[in-house]
Amino acid sequence: MNDFIAARSQMALSLAFHIIFSCIGMVMPFFMAVSHYYYLRTRKMVFRNITRAWSKGVAIFFATGAVSGTVLSFELGLLWPGFMKHAGPIFGLPFSLEGTAFFIEAIALGFFLYGWGKFNKWFHWFTGVVVGVSGLISGILVVAANAWMNSPAGFDYKDGIYYNIDPVKAMFNDAWFSQALHMCIAAFAATGFAVAGVHALMVLRRKNIEFHSTAFKIAAIFACSAAILQPLSGDHSARDVAKRQPAKLAAMEGLFQSGTHVSLLIGGIPDSKTHSVPYSFEIPGMLSFMIGGNVSTEVKGLDQFPVDDQPPVVITHIAFQLMVALAMVMFTVSVLYFFVLWKKRSFEKNRWLLRLFALSTPLGFLAVEAGWTVTELGRQPWILHGILRTQDAVTPMPGIQYTFYLFTAVYISLALFVILLLYRQIRMVPVLYDVPDGKV
Amino acid sequence: MIYVVIIYLWTSLLLYLLLGGADFGAGIIELFTSDNNKDRTSSKMTRTIGPIWEANHMWLIIVIVILFTGFPEIYAAVSTWLHVPLLIMLMGIIARGTAFAYRHYDAVEDEMQKIYNKIFRYSSFITPFFLGIIAGSAVSGTINPQAKGFADGFIFSWLHFFSVAVGLFTVSICGYLAAIFLIGETETEQERKRYIVKARSMNFAAVVSGGLVFLSAAIDHVPLTQWLFGNAVGITAITAALISLIIQWRLIRKGKKTIIRFLAGFQISMILVATTFFHYPHVVLMSGEQYLSLMEHHGDDKAVRSLALALLIGSVFILPALFYLIYSFQKKRPQEI
Repeated sequence: MNDFIAARSQMALSLAFHIIFSCIGMVMPFFMAVSHYYYLRTRKMVFRNITRAWSKGVAIFFATGAVSGTVLSFELGLLWPGFMKHAGPIFGLPFSLEGTAFFIEAIALGFFLYGWGKFNKWFHWFTGVVVGVSGLISGILVVAANAWMNSPAGFDYKDGIYYNIDPVKAMFNDAWFSQALHMCIAAFAATGFAVAGVHALMVLRRKNIEFHSTAFKIAAIFACSAAILQPLSGDHSARDVAKRQPAKLAAMEGLFQSGTHVSLLIGGIPDSKTHSVPYSFEIPGMLSFMIGGNVSTEVKGLDQFPVDDQPPVVITHIAFQLMVALAMVMFTVSVLYFFVLWKKRSFEKNRWLLRLFALSTPLGFLAVEAGWTVTELGRQPWILHGILRTQDAVTPMPGIQYTFYLFTAVYISLALFVILLLYRQIRMVPVLYDVPDGKV
Repeated sequence: MIYVVIIYLWTSLLLYLLLGGADFGAGIIELFTSDNNKDRTSSKMTRTIGPIWEANHMWLIIVIVILFTGFPEIYAAVSTWLHVPLLIMLMGIIARGTAFAYRHYDAVEDEMQKIYNKIFRYSSFITPFFLGIIAGSAVSGTINPQAKGFADGFIFSWLHFFSVAVGLFTVSICGYLAAIFLIGETETEQERKRYIVKARSMNFAAVVSGGLVFLSAAIDHVPLTQWLFGNAVGITAITAALISLIIQWRLIRKGKKTIIRFLAGFQISMILVATTFFHYPHVVLMSGEQYLSLMEHHGDDKAVRSLALALLIGSVFILPALFYLIYSFQKKRPQEI
């Protein structure tokens, strides 16, 4: 493994790991706030017990996400000093604001986790909401920084010199809104499906039914609303990408030849030698229609770009197809869920629906990972789109493959620890959380 | 505006050293506590620092963000040439942060607790040790951007007597801060005595490793004595630190926890003043008179201005909330359910 590939793999691994914890950290507080609110309003113990159980999960995820995030802020420099040297001042603003948001999140979490019965109950509830809101703001700011790499703005560039720097313009680059919106909805869908799935499974096993079905309902409402909204934001994002990063769009869609009346390809494995996509299903004219609103819209294919400027088409296309397919599955499950709710049927009796949710547990996070693969691989060979190549930014230190192995081992162990802890938390629900008077 | 940024950088570093340091120190004390007292120390720790421990480590993130936004060349150079110690420090941060949370949030108390404890204690030592190594190497003139070969460029940039001694000194300071903090949290006279003994031995360790720092500075040709005693500020700061140390030991017997904590914090700030003042605004001193300076190697002016504004706005939110958090849990015992 050469150092450049190792550095990219290490970055990809660190981001792939961190994203799961950030999503949970920014979404779970809202679930908790809802359940906490119902407890304060109704004084029903089940809501308090759910809030308690969830807050332990959040603490585990927050601690892990906080360290993997700290690591990332160093890794930017450890792996890509050539990028940070120029990019730091330009896209540092969202990071410095994110520092504030993250700090507030940590403070609010301290109040929330350790403040039971110590403060005015609504102040205590509010600190939980602050955890969620500042987490969400952190997420938006970090995505804005990533969007800047896709859509550089706020500076002029000539012969390796970056001048006329405007950090505010850089932060509000053309891509920030569509990316941030897509990510926030994705975080709600992914976390919601994961949480709802676990509780659905416990209901199916007939364990602590009231506890788990109440928790399921809270998570499912968020998850399904997000999954139904997501295709709209996805469509918006794709059109945005077509405008700003046509090479990325071409790779996503497996489009080798530019033209009008371009078909939408579903599935398939792109073949860069024959410039075709075998095993795909074609919908004639559909891509042109989706991008420009009518079938005669011209869509740029990979043929418009020198080979050196093309992103890797195979993985980008497959990851994109996977993301869309998973989104469609979640969309369908969500429609079924709302149908059952609308018919006022009890979903405890509709066990098929609970089974669907249990099976869907990992789908949201798989889609998030696939989506980030599309964003990041689709931007290659650039680290800063059209300005700086990833290979020119990598650290001169040799032996990065060994640090990559080290990180792989560390992240695998952390993942195993987290799984063990969650398994134990869930197994201990009857003893620790689902107790009538709420006392342990 | 560059001065605003520099003040924030220095203050965040100091706060990380004090708050994060006391936090590391608690783990270091656990590491050097006899087996039958270990558990008491850990549960005391969780109770007293639980609510604020995440916040204590945010200062490091602020330092890093200021560096890469305001001083990108310094950030890029340090993370290139000190890649290895930074990596080990990061491993320490990962291990420590997660082990602390996991031992507290594991729903089943069994043999796993031993694993968490072990990881937590050793990483509490390793992290500040390498933090000290990084600080020492940044000013010792051993970073050589023209170096050829892996060992010269990426190993001997940080592996030498001086930086190792600074690492050990950092560890003992952290342990000392934690002992001073824990003295104020004790409930029984016996417990108090135990932490006073800890504070004494950490103080002793700091004196010994401080001696090593001077000795190794002489071996590695680091003009440390000139930095500390060659100027009025250095001499005053070191004297102030010594005086505050003496007063602390007088007051510990009387048990005035707020004043003692303040004095310990003051003492550490004075040490940081003394060690940073002489070569300010140069923060990285490399081989052959090369250096990186806060005044010459900062980012674009507009970026610095927006960073300063972001920091000022940030403190309006962070500081009151943080003070209220610390204040609240000093008054009330943290209550989890």
